[in-house]
Amino acid sequence: MSIFYFVAFLSIFFALMTIFAKNPVHSVLYLVITFFTFTVHYILLNAQFLAVVNFIVYMGAIMVLFLFVLMLLNLNKETEPMRSNLVKIMGAIAGMCLLATLLGAFRVIEVNNDYVTGNTDVGLVQNLGKVLFDEFLLPFELSSLLLLTAMIGAVLLAKKETKESNG
Amino acid sequence: MDSVIQHIQGIPLNHYLIFCSVIFSIGVIGVLIRRNVIIIMMCVELMLNSVNLLLAAFSAYRGDASGQVFVFFVMALAAAEVAVGLAIVIMVYRNTKSVDIESLSKLRW
Repeated sequence: MSIFYFVAFLSIFFALMTIFAKNPVHSVLYLVITFFTFTVHYILLNAQFLAVVNFIVYMGAIMVLFLFVLMLLNLNKETEPMRSNLVKIMGAIAGMCLLATLLGAFRVIEVNNDYVTGNTDVGLVQNLGKVLFDEFLLPFELSSLLLLTAMIGAVLLAKKETKESNG
Repeated sequence: MDSVIQHIQGIPLNHYLIFCSVIFSIGVIGVLIRRNVIIIMMCVELMLNSVNLLLAAFSAYRGDASGQVFVFFVMALAAAEVAVGLAIVIMVYRNTKSVDIESLSKLRW
């Protein structure tokens, strides 16, 4: 029971470090740690498939892509653009207002305070596969189309335009 | 593994709601206070992840696998978004030599 609260504390701490770190590379590394704590959360929920996918796709692929682009653009603490303190304080107040609104809404709707049990079997690969390839077959195939389009688009956008074909 | 599963049985659904809203708000604050485009995209990822965790928590709570399938689709969407977004950032950097979001104010009237 206390594992959840400890990991939640770690998640919030590293998320805060992500947005307040001056150096962009440190920011990315803190975000990787945050995502690792999210993987622990998925394991606590017994969502084993999501835990593995989160670990491989988010930490392995997406964050490495971020890190790779940061290194490619050679960004560091000196070139990091920072907002003025006034804008920072206003942004923090706006975010706190959003949080207060959400918490107030949760108080009003009074979620029945049942316990989330991690002993359900819905998160296992077997059960998720049955749902994914039966009920959600069409969206699954469409998401492959989306990924293909995104890949082609990314290559087209990032490709250097040659002098011969400037049209 | 069984002992880990036994440990979870005392988490009220409310605490998951509160925790995920805190992470979401941190992502919103990050978008508002940073000027680096790449960091802003990372904060968007943070927000997506908090929603993912809440979907998974509700899915485990209801015993319904659809929520976790949704999380899977959100992850696929996030991967596509990051690929296209970072390509745009690289292109902008090539033209303006900066990742400052204030340098992208050409469309402002």
